[in-house]
Amino acid sequence: MTAADTVTRAGATPDQPQPYVELGLTGPEYQRIRQVLGRRPTDAELALYSVMWSEHCSYKSSKVHLRQFAEKAPPSDALLAGIGANAGVVDIGAGYAVTFKIESHNHPSYVEPHQGAATGVGGIVRDILAMGARPVAVMDSLRFGPAGAGDTQRVLSGVVSGISFYGNCLGLPNIGGELAFDACYAGNPLVNALCVGVMRHGDLKLAAADGPGNKVILLGSRTGPDGIGGASVLASATFGGDGGHSAKRPSVQVGDPFLEKLLIECCLELYHDGLVAGIQDLGAAGVACATTELAAAGTGGMRVRLDAVPLRDPSLGPPEILMSESQERMMAVVEPDKVPALSAVCAKWGVQATVIGEVTGTGRLEMTWHGETVVDIPPGSAADEGPVYSRPLARPGWQDRLAADDPAALPRPSGASGLRAALLALLGSPGLADKTWVTEQYDRYVRGDTVLAMPEDGGLLRVDEETGLGVALATDGNGRYALLDPYAGAQLALCEAYRNVAVTGARPLAVTNCMNFGSPEDPAVMWQFAEAVRGLADGCAVLGVPVTGGNVSFYNQTGEDAIQPTPVIGVLGVHADVRRRLSIGFTDDGARIVLLGRTGPEFGGSAWAHVVHAHIGGQPPRVDFDAERALAGVLADAAAAGVAGAAHDLSDGGLAVALAESCLRGGRGCRVRLPGDAFTFLFSESAARAIVAVRPGAEAEFAGICAAHAVPAETIGTVGGHLLEVEDSFTITLAELAGVHGGALPAIFG
Amino acid sequence: MRRAGGEPVALWHAERDLRGADAVILPGGFSYGDYLRCGAIARFSPVMNELAAAVKAGLPVLGICNGFQILCEAHLLPGALTRNAALHFVSRDVRLRIENDGTPWTRAYAAGQEITVPLKSGEGAYVADAGTLEALESAGQVVIRYLDNPNGSALGIAGVRNEAGNVVGLMPHPEYATSELTGPGTDGLGFFSSIVSVLVGA
Repeated sequence: MTAADTVTRAGATPDQPQPYVELGLTGPEYQRIRQVLGRRPTDAELALYSVMWSEHCSYKSSKVHLRQFAEKAPPSDALLAGIGANAGVVDIGAGYAVTFKIESHNHPSYVEPHQGAATGVGGIVRDILAMGARPVAVMDSLRFGPAGAGDTQRVLSGVVSGISFYGNCLGLPNIGGELAFDACYAGNPLVNALCVGVMRHGDLKLAAADGPGNKVILLGSRTGPDGIGGASVLASATFGGDGGHSAKRPSVQVGDPFLEKLLIECCLELYHDGLVAGIQDLGAAGVACATTELAAAGTGGMRVRLDAVPLRDPSLGPPEILMSESQERMMAVVEPDKVPALSAVCAKWGVQATVIGEVTGTGRLEMTWHGETVVDIPPGSAADEGPVYSRPLARPGWQDRLAADDPAALPRPSGASGLRAALLALLGSPGLADKTWVTEQYDRYVRGDTVLAMPEDGGLLRVDEETGLGVALATDGNGRYALLDPYAGAQLALCEAYRNVAVTGARPLAVTNCMNFGSPEDPAVMWQFAEAVRGLADGCAVLGVPVTGGNVSFYNQTGEDAIQPTPVIGVLGVHADVRRRLSIGFTDDGARIVLLGRTGPEFGGSAWAHVVHAHIGGQPPRVDFDAERALAGVLADAAAAGVAGAAHDLSDGGLAVALAESCLRGGRGCRVRLPGDAFTFLFSESAARAIVAVRPGAEAEFAGICAAHAVPAETIGTVGGHLLEVEDSFTITLAELAGVHGGALPAIFG
Repeated sequence: MRRAGGEPVALWHAERDLRGADAVILPGGFSYGDYLRCGAIARFSPVMNELAAAVKAGLPVLGICNGFQILCEAHLLPGALTRNAALHFVSRDVRLRIENDGTPWTRAYAAGQEITVPLKSGEGAYVADAGTLEALESAGQVVIRYLDNPNGSALGIAGVRNEAGNVVGLMPHPEYATSELTGPGTDGLGFFSSIVSVLVGA
C-alpha cells in the first residue's frame, strides 16, 4: 500500500497532476475545488468532490429546473418533510405519516440486471428507513427494449429476479408498478423502484450531525471495493460510446437483503429506544456523501478516522473508502452516553456498529488516515455548493414534423372483425399483456396489509386495522406521449397516476417522480427535460398535490440515440377506509357499466397506433385537470357510499382494453353498446376517464354523485355472462381473451 | 393465532427458551438469507435444540414455508424442499386438498376438503426418495396436496406430518388466507382454530 496523499503533502506539491478528468470533473470544476481549498485537493478530497459534484449527487444540470417543484408547490398542510430530505413525508391523519420515494437504478441494471435491480430496491428502502419509518411496500416501474429481443430476455429476467430476490427476502410486499417495452430502451432499460414507509408523527428523523462531541457511527456491512466510482463515473457518463475508457467501466454493487433486513429491524429498535440523534443512509457516494451531508446539515463540523471504517478488503485506501458503494450501511449520530445501549441493540441484531468519528464545532469536515489528515474541507462546499449549470436547451427540429404526422391518416379497422382483431392485437402485445409472468415472482401478501396489488390500477395498503385507514400508490409514465410533447407528457403521466390512485377510492395527496432522460449535454434532451419538469410542476400546482421528492436519471442513451423522455410519476393517496376499496374486476352480475368522462378521437401516441401501425406522431391526448379532479371526486364518493362494485381507469388501449381487463379480473363478461363511433370509443386514449360497475339498485345514487361533480356519465352496458360483447359489432369469449392476454409473456419469456 | 383465539408469544432464535408455549409455529421468511439452502443454517439456532426435545415429548409444531424447510433440515419432518420446477419464485393463490384431518393442525377441516391459500416461495418443490414417498402415502403422512402442482413437488405434496403426527409442515401460507380484505379468503384459518381447539380440549 502506498502512503496516503495528505493535506500537508498536497500543500507541498501544488503542481502534481491529478486525474480529475477520469473522475468525471471538468477543468473549471477542478479549478473551483482548488479555489475552495486554497491548494490542490488530496486524492481523497478529489474523490470526494468528484462523487459529490457528479450529476447523480449534485443535480448540477437539473437543479435550475427542479426548483419549480418548490416554487410552484400548492399549499399543503400534509407535508411534514419535502424536497431535500431523503424522502418526502406526508401526514395521512390519525397521527400517522407516510414517506415515499421513487429512484432509478437504470445503468447498473443494464450492466448486471440481477444485482443492479436488487440494489436499486435496497437503496430506496434505506432512504425510507433513514426518515424514521418502517418500510412497508415496494413498487417498480420497468421499461425494456423489444420483448422479443435476445438482450431483453437477459435484462428483464435478471431485473425481475433481482427485485424478487431482494424485496421478497426483506419481507416487503410488491404492490404494483409498470412494465413497458420499446425499442428506445434496448440499450437503456429503466428500472425505477419505489418504497413507502409508515411512521407516527413523532418518529421523523433528521439527516443532520448536530451537537459537538456526538459520535458518528457506521452501521451494517463492512466496506468493500464494490461500486467504487459508481456515482460519478457510472451515472454521469455514457458507457461504451466514448471510446471505452477503462476507468468508466462501472462495477455494480452486490446486495445482501438478509443483512438489510437486520439493519431495518436494528434501526427501528434504535429509533424506538431514542438512541440516535441523526441518521443517513449510505447510497451513491457512500461515506463521502453521508459525512458531508450530515455535517453540512448539522453543526457543521465532523472529524472522521477513515482507518476505523471496517473493511472487507484491507487494501482499500482513503479515496476508495470514500467512494465505495457497498450496500447495507447506515451512518448514525449518537450522544456519547448512548453508545453502549446502541452497541447492545446492534449486537442483538448482529449488525456491526463502529464509531468512526465525532461531531465538532469547527465548521470543517476533517478526515484522518492513521493519524495524518487526508481531508480538510468545508462540508457545505461538497454537499450543497456544487456546480450548477444552466445547460443550453433547444426544441428539436424534428418536433414539428412529429406533431404533423397525424394518426388520423392511419387506416382504421373497418367492421366488426377488424375491431375484434385490433383488440386482440392490443391485449396480446407485450406492453398490454397480462403481467403475471413478472408479478408472480413477487410476494404481494407479506406483512398482511395488502388490500390491492397488481393487476389493479393502484396498490392499496392498510395502515390502521381498527379504522381501515390506508394509503394507495400508483406509478405511471408514457414515453410516447412525452416524446410528442414533453410538457403534456409529464402532465398525462401525473394525471394517470392520480387517476389510478383515485379509482381505488383514495384521495390523491402527494407526488414523487423519477425523470429518465438522455444526455443533458444534448440541447434537445435538455429541452425535453425542462419541458417535462415545467409540465409536472404546473400540473401539481393545479391538482393540489405537491412534489415531495424524486430523482433524475440522465445519460440514458447510447451514442446519439436517447431514450424517449420518460418522466415516471408516483402518486400517493389516502384511503379513509380500505374496506371500501374499489377493484377493477367485474364481480356483480347485472351491474350497470358507466363510462365517465368525455371521449374524443385522440390517437397520438396511442397503444393502437403503436401496436397496429408502429406509428408515433401527432398530439398526445388533451390534458384536463378540472376533469381529473372531478372524476377523482366521483370515485372517492362512490367508494365511500358503497355504490360502486368496480372501477377501472382508461389509459393505454382505451375502453376496449379496460373492459377486457375488468372482465378477466372479475371472471365475468359484459355486454356494451357504444354511444358513438365504435373505433373511437373503443381505442381512443382521451384522459380523465374511467369505467365504473354500479351495484344493482344504486344507479340513481351513483348518477347523483356524477351530477354533483359535473362528470359526464353514460351507461354503456351490463356485467354478466362469459362473453365480451360489443352490440352490433363483435363478441369474444373470456376464454379467448384470457388465452391471448395471459399467453403473451409466457410465450416470450418461458 | 389471535384471530383463532390463541395468545401468541414471540420466541427469539438465540434463546433456549420456549416460554411455556403450548404449541409452536415456525413462520415463513428468509432465515440467514437462505443463501446456502433454505433453513440449513436456521436449524442450528439455539432455540431449535429445545424445540427438538419438546417435539419428542409431543409438542404440536407447525412449520410454514421457511419453517417447513427448517423442520426438514432439522430432520423433524421427512424429505426436503428444492428449487421450483420453473426455477423462479412463485407467488400464487393455490388450490389445496386436505388429505389428513387427523393432525392437531388440520382437525378443523374435513378430509378431501379443498381450500385456497397463497403459495409464495422459490424453493418449494417437495422431494424425498421413492421409499420415503411410499411410506408417507401409506402411513397417511401426506397432510395437504396441490390440486394443480405449481412447483414440481413429488406426488403434488404441499404438506406432511411426522410419524407421531404432532409436527406438520407445509409450503403454502395459511396465515395469509385469514381475511377477505388482505388475502384470497379465510380458508387458512382452520390451521389455527384446529390447534386452539386441541389445546382447550374442545
